[in-house]
Amino acid sequence: MASVNAVPQARPVRFWDRLNIGTKRVIWAWAFLAVPIAFYAGIRFYPTFQAFWLSMTDWDLLSPPRFIGFANYQTMFADPVFWKVFNNTFLYLIIGTPVSLAISFLIAYYLDRVRFLHSFIRALYFLPFLTTAAAMGWVWRWFYQPVPIGVINGFLSTLGIAQQPFLRSVDQALISILIPAIWAGLGFQIIIFMAGLRAIPGTFYEAARIDGLGDWAILRKITVPLLKPTTVFLVVFSSIGFLRIFDQVYNMTSNDPGGPLNATKPLVLMIYQTAFSSYQMGYAAAQTVVLFTILLFVSLLQLYVLREKK
Amino acid sequence: MLIKAKLAGLAAGVSLLAMGSAQAVEIEYWQYVFDSRVQAMDQLIAAFQEANPDITVKHTTFPYADYQTRVVAAKVAGEGPDVVQLFYGWTDQFVKGGLIQPLDPEVFPYDAIEADFFPIVSAMKRGDSYYGLPTAVRSLALFYNKALFAEAGLEAPTNLDELLAAAEATTKRDGGGNIISAGITMDMAGQDHHWWREVLIRQNGGEPYDAEGNVAYDSESGAAALKFYTDLQTEQKVGQVGFMDEGQAAFRAGLAAMTIDGTFRLGAFEANPFEWGVVELPADANGMRSNYSSYFANAIGATAEGEELVAAQKFLQYISSPEAMEIWLDVVGELPARRDVALTKANLADPILGPFLKGLDYAHTTQFYDEAAQRQTAIDMVNRVLLEGQSIEDSITAAATAEQAIIDAGRQ
Repeated sequence: MASVNAVPQARPVRFWDRLNIGTKRVIWAWAFLAVPIAFYAGIRFYPTFQAFWLSMTDWDLLSPPRFIGFANYQTMFADPVFWKVFNNTFLYLIIGTPVSLAISFLIAYYLDRVRFLHSFIRALYFLPFLTTAAAMGWVWRWFYQPVPIGVINGFLSTLGIAQQPFLRSVDQALISILIPAIWAGLGFQIIIFMAGLRAIPGTFYEAARIDGLGDWAILRKITVPLLKPTTVFLVVFSSIGFLRIFDQVYNMTSNDPGGPLNATKPLVLMIYQTAFSSYQMGYAAAQTVVLFTILLFVSLLQLYVLREKK
Repeated sequence: MLIKAKLAGLAAGVSLLAMGSAQAVEIEYWQYVFDSRVQAMDQLIAAFQEANPDITVKHTTFPYADYQTRVVAAKVAGEGPDVVQLFYGWTDQFVKGGLIQPLDPEVFPYDAIEADFFPIVSAMKRGDSYYGLPTAVRSLALFYNKALFAEAGLEAPTNLDELLAAAEATTKRDGGGNIISAGITMDMAGQDHHWWREVLIRQNGGEPYDAEGNVAYDSESGAAALKFYTDLQTEQKVGQVGFMDEGQAAFRAGLAAMTIDGTFRLGAFEANPFEWGVVELPADANGMRSNYSSYFANAIGATAEGEELVAAQKFLQYISSPEAMEIWLDVVGELPARRDVALTKANLADPILGPFLKGLDYAHTTQFYDEAAQRQTAIDMVNRVLLEGQSIEDSITAAATAEQAIIDAGRQ
């Protein structure tokens, strides 16, 4: 910028100088935004669309992909294993999300009132979230073993209760994997819930008490409604987490991944095996498209159901 | 000796050809990461480079889980290795994908290969061409815990009846009838599916696959073999799938008297805090034995040509030479792939290597199309019987259908 008393020069005004400050700001903003946009377009969006195309081919990594229309989708929908896996994926979601949210809300709600050793207890709850899923999966895998090494079965047998097969059962395996998965996510959800609880102004509670509302009514009329943004975030976040569950399953069943008899196999593990064990990239892409559709649909549905009513 | 001389002559011939180029050639060798294999290969490369100062070998390794993907990705990028290690069961995929080239019969005379190597090398043959040569081969044997056997006053079993008796005598159970030390490990995800496929089915008078390579075990023999296996848990109660998580873990912990495993386990079992022994896989009542053998072969990458191809051929000749096999046996503990190097008096008399070597003589090699998926069909077959109470016959039919579908898909 020229100083105030400088003689204005007669040269033609450049294009850039003719723009007003608002427009310049917008241009600058877009110039900076262009970097992440280009990054996302190249690293995220392009491969996503590529996957749609691949799902219509028979690519096996080795030979060039050949267009085969919807054959992969036909194979998939006719495959009983796919439906089993589809079912499992939804079981993880339908049991995992509500249970984990209910427990974490309950803990957060009461922990919020605890003053004694508050930070310590909160840290204890948060600890599992910091642990690597693989390490945790292996520890729980050993917990679930039969005697003589399984801690849980050892405990049951000292009580005279029959041994439970846990991971070696088609009925118990999925729940057995879900328990550590829920436990691992609790810490994070509790912290978020507590932040949400703290954000509710204390004056609301005082007003409610003066009006003579009981604890239950306060919870129902003030706490839960005002926590809605937090809840929406956690529901979406944890749903996506459970729909994409992989680490726990893979590590707890690595000698029969997703087993026994596909009882624990989620969609992501099926995709992984199709792609990187059988090298059927086209088929794996078709499964990925299904997962993408589910994730999109579930996220949109939840946002719609939990939307702010005006 | 004659063969050695022939090879030396060949090598000399090749080096004469190579002498035309004064320039140093660099070739790349790829294998997956496994400590002792990497060490052995480093030794071989050092020896090879000393003998061939004009050739440098670059040794590249990848984790096993990514290995195939990396080879394929490199091919797509046009930067494949010159010499590459592959599991014999991947040959179809590698040939179909144009990752490896056939061995030149001028450099690797096929009749010499067939005369010198164990017959299982034929699994590397497609049409009239050989696509690779192994340095070492693996076979199965029965490992037994000498301490637990001494406690029960038993000798190692030689046939299946003795195996059952020994398993019964060495199984320990708690008051509730739960196994706390198994007679034999049961782990289809480990080597048991090979035992079932290539040994038990044959001992029951059947064949796992017919001459065309189609599934042939949906038969009485297949059912009898499966029943023998699942009965170990349901009838004899001497083993339990999932006991101590994995069969090899149970054996290492001293909580299983017997386990069936391969040569590649020798290193891991070395540190066992108890004495253990190895015997051949048990024979059937008529004394019939079988075994499963497998190997990693080395092949020449499809992109190698000109000087690099010549250097790659020389390197492949060296790493499949008797000298290399001896080094491999010392460092890795895997059995030499050449008969005369393997079946020496000293090796056969070795209490550990002997049983594995004897097994090689009557071993079969399954032609896999998708090893992981085919193993899964065997795991599921056993689980359907043990966990869902499905009948042996129905379960074996379902397994045969599933495996045949994998084979059909692999042939397309």
